[in-house]
This record gives sequence, C-alpha cells and structure tokens, in this order.
Amino acid sequence: MSIIKAGFALFALFMSFPALAEEGIDSKIDTAVKPFADAVAAFVFSSFPVGDVQIPFVLVWLVSGATIFTLYFRFINFRAFRHGFQLVRGDYSDPTAAGEVTHFQALATALSGTVGLGNIAGVAVAVSLGGPGATFWMILAGLLGMSSKFVECTLGVKYRNEYTDGTVSGGPMYYLSKGLAERSDKLRVLGKVLAVLFAIFCIGGSFGGGNMFQANQSFQQVVSVTGGDASWLADKGWLFGTVVAALVGLVIIGGIQGIARVTSKIVPFMAVVYVTAGLVIIFFNIEQVPAAFVSIVTGAFSADGIAGGVVGVLFQGFKRAAFSNEAGIGSAAIAHSAVRTNRPVTEGFVALYEPFIDTVVVCTITALVIIVTGTWDPSVDPSQGVALTSSAFESTLSWFPWVLTLAVVLFAFSTMISWSYYGLKAWTYLFGESMITDIVYKLLFLFFVIAGSSMKLGSVIDFSDAMIFAMAFPNMLGIYFLLPVVKKELNEYWADYKAGRLQKFGKAANRP
Amino acid sequence: MSQVLLVGTDCSNCSNRALDYAKTWAKTSGLRLYVAHVIEWSPFSFNTPQELEQRHKRREDELDRAHAQVIDPIIEELKAEGIDAQGVIRHGHPAETLNELANELGATNIIIGRRGQSAIKAKLFGSATSTLVQIADHPVTVVP
Repeated sequence: MSIIKAGFALFALFMSFPALAEEGIDSKIDTAVKPFADAVAAFVFSSFPVGDVQIPFVLVWLVSGATIFTLYFRFINFRAFRHGFQLVRGDYSDPTAAGEVTHFQALATALSGTVGLGNIAGVAVAVSLGGPGATFWMILAGLLGMSSKFVECTLGVKYRNEYTDGTVSGGPMYYLSKGLAERSDKLRVLGKVLAVLFAIFCIGGSFGGGNMFQANQSFQQVVSVTGGDASWLADKGWLFGTVVAALVGLVIIGGIQGIARVTSKIVPFMAVVYVTAGLVIIFFNIEQVPAAFVSIVTGAFSADGIAGGVVGVLFQGFKRAAFSNEAGIGSAAIAHSAVRTNRPVTEGFVALYEPFIDTVVVCTITALVIIVTGTWDPSVDPSQGVALTSSAFESTLSWFPWVLTLAVVLFAFSTMISWSYYGLKAWTYLFGESMITDIVYKLLFLFFVIAGSSMKLGSVIDFSDAMIFAMAFPNMLGIYFLLPVVKKELNEYWADYKAGRLQKFGKAANRP
Repeated sequence: MSQVLLVGTDCSNCSNRALDYAKTWAKTSGLRLYVAHVIEWSPFSFNTPQELEQRHKRREDELDRAHAQVIDPIIEELKAEGIDAQGVIRHGHPAETLNELANELGATNIIIGRRGQSAIKAKLFGSATSTLVQIADHPVTVVP
C-alpha cells in the first residue's frame, strides 16, 4: 500500500519538526524572515494618512475597484441577485448534463474557502476597534464586493484551461495571461507578468493567511477552551500542528478524499449551527436589537471615542469585509472555474452570493451578537478576536465555546484544504505539472501548518496577510483591461434572459 | 401518442424480476421499452476543490461503467428477443429522476422492483420505490 508507506514517511518527517520547534527555531525564523517580510508588508500595506488614520493603499484599491465594477455593470450585484438564485436552484440546469459540477457545488466549495476565522475573529476585532458603526461599512463593502466577485468568476470560467483528460484549471493566472493576450499584442507581456506575479503572491498567501494564520488561530482557541495558560496543550503548538498537518497530509498527499469529504459536509452544518446560535442570542436579547441597529447607523457617521473618527470606523469595516470575503483577491475565481457551463457569466451571477453570505449575512450576525451582548471592548488585543466572539456567545449560551472551538478548527481545516488547492494551482502554473513539483509544494504546505501553530507569529503573519492582499494588485489591474469582455458576455446573456430565450427545465419550466 | 414503458434497474446480472416483468409486458404488447439506470448524485452536495476539478472526468467514467456493466448487456439481450428497447443513464435522485425521465420520454407506466427491506430500514434510509410511488406523475408498477 503506497498510501500507508507515504503516511509513514510523512509521520517520520513530522516527528523531526517538534525537536526543531522546541529549540526556538521560531525566533530564528522570525529574525531571518523579518527584514524581508517587513519590506513586503510595508510595501503592500503602504498607507497614506486621512485625518488621524493611516489608510493602506490596497484597501482603497479593493474598495474603489468594487465601486467601479458596481457602476460599470450598473449595479449587477442587485440586478442579477434573483437570477443568481434561480441558477443556484438549478432552474436552468439541463437534466441530461446531470452529474457535472453544478452552480451550487461551485459556490459551496468556494464559500467553504472563505467562510472561516475572518467571520468569527475578525468581526469581533472590527466592532471593538471601530464601534458598532463599523458594521455599516462592512455591509456596504460586502455589497460592493459582490461586483468584484462577479467579474472575477466570470473571467475565471471564460479563460480556464480544459485538458484532454476532462479536468479543468482556472483562475486569475489564466485570465490574466490568456485574456490580456487576446486584447492586444502589447498587453500580452503585461498579462504574462501579472499572471506570474499573481501566482507568486498566491503561493505566499496559501502558506500564510490560508494556512499559518488558520493553524495558529485554531490552536489559540483550542488552548483557551481547554483552560488557557493552564491547559496541557498550552506549550504544545507543535503537537497540535503535527496532528493537523498529518490530517491535511492524508488528504492532499495520501489522496484520502474521505476526510476532506467528511469535512466538506460538516463545515456547512457548522456554519448553520453558528448562524442559528447567533440568531438565538440575538433573539434572547431582542429588546437590544433596535438600539443595536440605531448604534450601527449612527455610529457609522459619528464616531465618539473611536480612534480616527469616522474614517477610523469606515476603515475597520472595510478592512474586515475585504479580509473576510476576499473579493478582488482572485482566490475564488480558482474554485468557481470548475463549474460546467457554456455561459461563463452565469457563474458570475452565482458568485454574487459569496460576499453576500460571507459578509452581509454571517459577519453581520457576529457583529450583532457582539453588539447586543455588549461584549465589545475598545481595548481588545487584535489577536484575541476568537476569544472575544467566544465570550459574547458564552454570555448567553454557556456551553457554546466548545461548539465554537469545533467550528473554528473545522473552518480552519477546510480553509487550509481550499488554499492548498489554490496554492498548488499557482505553483503548477509556474513550475509545470509533475509528481515532483506537486509533492514539493505539498510538503512545504504541511511544514507551514506546523510552523503556524508552534510559532509566535508576529512578522510572519504580517507577511502572509501582505501576500494575500498583494494578489489584489495584479488581479484587479488585469481585470480593468478585461472589463469590456465581461460586459459583452453580460449583455449577450442578459438580452437572452430578458427575451426568455434561456430554457428552463423540470418543474422550473412552469415557474414565472 | 404511442405508448412506452420505463423500467428502472440497478444491475444487469442480478435477479431482476422488474426487468423480467417489463420484458414480458413489452413482448406481448409490442410497446417500446426504455431501460433506465440512475446513478445516485445530488446537485446540492458539498465537495472539495479537488473533487470538482475531477468531476467531469469522473462522470464520463461513471457513464462508461454504467453502459458497459448495466445497460448495454440488457439492451443487447432485449433486442435479441425482438423487443424495441432503449437504454437511458442519468445522474440524480433515483425516484425523482425516474419520474422526470417518464415525463420526458412520455412513458405511460413506470415499472420498478423493490429491495424488500424491512419497514424500519426503509423508514431510516428511505426507499427509492416508495418515494417514487409517492411522487410519480404516472402509474407505477411495483414488482415484488
């Protein structure tokens, strides 16, 4: 059994890491990487002052892009909302093509890569630092982000590679290189450069935000629920990391899809549990809800005691939305491009639901829970986001931290699986597809799982956040050149849709 | 409208009383007989990105296997006996898909076997046959 052999090899490999970790390799790596990491972070998060607040340029880049896309496609995020739902429901799915990847499946898979710690931990921090008003800006940024996802995912499907063996590969690497080359010969070189840059950043992001950050935060929550500093696990990050890495390794190297399949079924269930628990808590505190909404709206425009005033509030909300739904980053386009359709724009409509569910629904519920329970705390340490959300839930449902821990670990796990895939796609785009390149990437990925849970992150985490956000520069820049392509696809499709030339199937045929 | 029959089947060489029944019916009546095989699948399942990437290929493999191991041998045998038989393979929920196929093909009767599970088992895990009886838009003949 080659799988068992591979498992043993992996195990032996992992057993060598903890020894290193205990000798303080974390601080060594930290020192070695710091200058480089700081330089990258300083560049990506280079900011300019607005009032008392430093606004990172990348945030302006993301939000202004989302606004431009929204206007350019005349509020496609609202216009196509209903039609997107019909597509997800399968109204237009030809039954003879049943068995292919459906819109729902592509959306669900992409969502499980984005719904995660950002929704739980990040929102708590945003509400604490920015006050309830941050929620308002977060929702607005979420709504605008829908347009970014629409464009990305349409392009992802349009320019994907379909191989002779029937598998597909898509994502910004492909639409940047193929799409821009198609526009004009002059753009061909630019497209190639952007695609390579994107791939490099995507690999970095897959090791950082898609991996180390997840491992680190889930370990923190496990420690805190098992007794904090007194926990038996408190100084055993390497052990936690090794177990998680072994499980991830079984999936991505051992090909044990069973684990991934189980996770991919539990994760949506946990998301439902989380949202339901959130609604229960909001219901228990129903008398606070009107006041909460008032504070969200008034807080958005008047910021008493918030660092940086209204701009500070806006910054917290926008930042949270961008971190959480990844609109404009380009990652989701990789997952969405697996769908089977001959109208790429349909996947764009479906992708509208991603920032909507992630930010407008799930993040808002977290924010409401924190506001109605009054657990937000302006002096919070930004690394303690999960703990804050956990105590907000605990104030009404005392046993919930345990459920939340399970949710956090599962969300982290599924995010890691998704990002290992995104990173691998970028990696093979750069180095070609072969067994060797494949395995090198995967081993590196597993190494970072252990590193992430055993290290005190500091600059390494800044670096990985920087890498994820750096993806937005080549991605959105290229997208601006491709907007007319999307417009053409959209106009053709929308005309067909309005004229009723699109065939509905099954029971949907009788619906209006 | 000419009448056609639709029979659902899982396997080719297992004892298949529903198929035998349909065969006799088709032979004596001279009606066209569609033999349907449904590969269980849901459009609303949750998958990993790796699974999605492979999905198209998997589907082709599943269809090939269903043809080679289930439908083709049956159709060959039926045709040899002079029956106007056609095979259909489709992914989906067994009962719903059979009913949809019957609508599409204009079948006047759906013939289906049953597994003979205990009542408890059927309650717990559901039974394609009893679901079909509940939702069908056409007469269903259940062959014990």
